[in-house]
Amino acid sequence: MQSFVVDILSWACMLSGGFFLLVGALGTIRLPDFWSRLHAVSIIDSAGAGLILLGLMLQAGLTLIMVKLVIIVIFLMITGPTASHAVANAAFVSGSRPRNMVEDVTEETSVSPEAKA
Amino acid sequence: MSGIYKPLIIGLGVVSVVLCIWIVHKLRILEAQPVFGSIEPFSLIAYLFWLTKEIGKADWAVTKVILSPDIPDDQRLIAVPTRQKTDFGRMIFANSITITPGTITVETEEDRFIVHALNKAAADQESLGDMNDRVAATEWKARAGGEL
Repeated sequence: MQSFVVDILSWACMLSGGFFLLVGALGTIRLPDFWSRLHAVSIIDSAGAGLILLGLMLQAGLTLIMVKLVIIVIFLMITGPTASHAVANAAFVSGSRPRNMVEDVTEETSVSPEAKA
Repeated sequence: MSGIYKPLIIGLGVVSVVLCIWIVHKLRILEAQPVFGSIEPFSLIAYLFWLTKEIGKADWAVTKVILSPDIPDDQRLIAVPTRQKTDFGRMIFANSITITPGTITVETEEDRFIVHALNKAAADQESLGDMNDRVAATEWKARAGGEL
């Protein structure tokens, strides 16, 4: 009975993780420009990978595999945002700006008018 | 970790550790502020639980944006002042912003971050300020108030 409940929970986690992966993939196609697509990727990073790994942890139980999965989560939580930031920062420094911006604090300090075009 | 203790496996592990340390030494990033002692471990764990909840909420918000028939197009770059005293605290805050869907830290300056937000709800200064305070609260008081 208990293993049945754990199975249900882990399946729910993995299926919803898969759902968020699909949503993230759809987002990278549907969203209008580079900057907004980055946000779709961060859904895959956090919800998609996180929920699937949680589901796998429930399957593994309290074993050595669980420890490894926890370590994978910790590494993903550090490297994912760092990589996103590196990509966004490279775009920012090279002068790319989101289209249709409502608010821009960097207008007075932006790199150069030519780079913005 | 794998339960296999053959000399080849252990040797490969040792080689990669030595390689990592050598690269870090070459990059000369060890002279920066020490990581240990700039944060309280237990309040950091409590913060991570709170952050997980926030990530869940933001995930759902961005999912709704992606699945909505007409995608709203009102992106913005906002400035977020940082209240952390230590480099490690700033790193935690910047990564927290980036891992939360809807907001990405684009540039770090002396006392503020430039953050790209997907829409108006994501650019909410109050919730960012709340996160800011919570990260600042996990810093080690004695160190943060002292010479750092």
